[in-house]
Amino acid sequence: MKYKVNEKGYYGDFGGAYIPEMLYPNVEELRQNYLKIIADPDFQKEFHQLLKDYVGRPSPLYLAKRYSEKYGANIFLKREDLNHTGAHKINNTIGQILLAEKLGKKRIIAETGAGQHGVATATVCALRNLECVIYMGEVDIERQAPNVARMKMLGAKVVPASSGSKTLKDATNEAMRDWINNPVDTHYIIGSVVGPHPYPDMVAIFQSIISEETKKQLLEQTGSDQPDYVLACVGGGSNAMGMFYHFMDDEQVKLIAVEAAGKGVSSGFSAATTYLGKEGVLHGSRSILMQTADGQVVEPHSVSAGLDYPGIGPQHAHLFKTGRGQYVSITDDESLEAGLLCTKLEGIIPAIESAHALAYLEKMEFKGGENVVVCLSGRGDKDLDTYIKYFNL
Amino acid sequence: MNRIKKLFQEKKNILSIYYTAGYPNLGDTIQIAEALQKSGADLLEIGFPYSDPVADGPVIQASSKQALDQGMTLKVLFEQLKDLRKHVSIPVLLMGYVNPVLQFGVENFCKACAEVGVDGCIVPDLPIAEYEEFYQDCFEKHNLSNVFLITPQTAEERIHKIDGLTNSFIYLLSSSATTGKNLEVGNTTEAYFSRIKAMNLKNPTMIGFGISDKQTFDKACSYANGAIIGTAFVKALAGGNLEESISNFMKKFRD
Repeated sequence: MKYKVNEKGYYGDFGGAYIPEMLYPNVEELRQNYLKIIADPDFQKEFHQLLKDYVGRPSPLYLAKRYSEKYGANIFLKREDLNHTGAHKINNTIGQILLAEKLGKKRIIAETGAGQHGVATATVCALRNLECVIYMGEVDIERQAPNVARMKMLGAKVVPASSGSKTLKDATNEAMRDWINNPVDTHYIIGSVVGPHPYPDMVAIFQSIISEETKKQLLEQTGSDQPDYVLACVGGGSNAMGMFYHFMDDEQVKLIAVEAAGKGVSSGFSAATTYLGKEGVLHGSRSILMQTADGQVVEPHSVSAGLDYPGIGPQHAHLFKTGRGQYVSITDDESLEAGLLCTKLEGIIPAIESAHALAYLEKMEFKGGENVVVCLSGRGDKDLDTYIKYFNL
Repeated sequence: MNRIKKLFQEKKNILSIYYTAGYPNLGDTIQIAEALQKSGADLLEIGFPYSDPVADGPVIQASSKQALDQGMTLKVLFEQLKDLRKHVSIPVLLMGYVNPVLQFGVENFCKACAEVGVDGCIVPDLPIAEYEEFYQDCFEKHNLSNVFLITPQTAEERIHKIDGLTNSFIYLLSSSATTGKNLEVGNTTEAYFSRIKAMNLKNPTMIGFGISDKQTFDKACSYANGAIIGTAFVKALAGGNLEESISNFMKKFRD
């Protein structure tokens, strides 16, 4: 349990709930109830039923033969890309919508970057017939038109965030402002393991289904539930936390988190938070974030909208600081090449986010025969425009 | 006796004005403070800008961004406030978000506040538990008051806890809202203000968020020791001569 949250909502030096008083009643209501609600057998039954019949879980753990031959290790892909709506995001939105219903909330808000979390939220709101408002940066609305259309078809109202850099960070600010102004009937479905306690823990619990299944599948396929390496990409870090969750206490399993270096960690256009960041407070928790000496948040850059975030979740900051996790980074170019390689070798077009994790395989050295699990967090349909432009397809 | 305590003992209908340091121009901080004191402000809240002010509406966000673009930082602000007490005698609070304070260093921040004659702080995203654990000792060592907010949703037990931690005044939010919304004093708001008044807290209260004219100011004063004006004042600074804008704005409240 040494990497889990403590009673005060902290992971070592990180976490907490740095929120204005206006948000306190909402966050406190959630803090007092989330574990109780999640542990309730009726909740568990409904959650798992929906994950099975609606999302399509368990997602396969696929031994990628041609990857394995290329790298000389057993490369397993955890196929979150096969989930309904195309990524791991839906694991969390299913959990949170059920929780919001138990709390008697009538209205759902969420932030989104690339639109994956927005689509996953709008989807569960359609499913449960709840009002849905999605905040999305103006810039992202323009570059992710298909996802905006999806959210609208699903009945969500998409509100442009026009402050700051007009991307994910600003969409998150706007969602928090909405929650301040609607303190009673609204639940905010945060899409990553960020935000004030208990969000990082709650989202991690809902995403932990990824590693729960992986352990069982590894045991069946290899005779051991302990791989040598587990890899995942990190923006805020929800797929990585889901992928690491049940391996954190197995100290011999090496956890590798892959951040987006953008155009290079020193280029001024990067989202490699652990390289470039310092400890500080953003969006309600103490963590590591990219900031100026004066404590102003620095705009990140990544070709992948899902990794284009200036912070990481507090639990990741803790894994990084304690050395339990190894935090590395991959550039825009490397990730796009890795996306193409995955497509050619395995017939899978990965999301550019997930391609960051795949790209790191190229930099690892294997003795031979190691078991390596990579979280393929999402599919690449949404990124076709970017692939088309980069490779002149 | 500290300046804030003295003010609340001596005056009623206290008018507190918020403005963003470094707006409209980087170097306006002291000039605005002097003009406000001259035209009848009782208390000043000088905002140090932050890139991601989640509790603020569009007007204060925009003023913060402009101030940051013009080069405002905490370091610059303390430099500007070096001779504050040569120019201004009314109480002064600094208001801003916790991350710039963390980067400046809590101890350094408190020390700098005390050195220039700042009387207290309002840090909306610094929660009570964190304040008690990491900040309170340092604030008290430097005789800085920390002002907490309460909203219509704040539970009674928590209000008593806040009252116990406070040694200046409590900031009563007229509604749960970001800054700059209009105050509509309906039955619910009135019931909330009356409920707080009936609690007989040991500290005075100031009502903020949504106060923009004489009518809303007077209404707020009937329930509390005074009121805080932010957005409406920041808006008034947008154009024209600074001194004139300030004196015209203040005339609405002080004539």
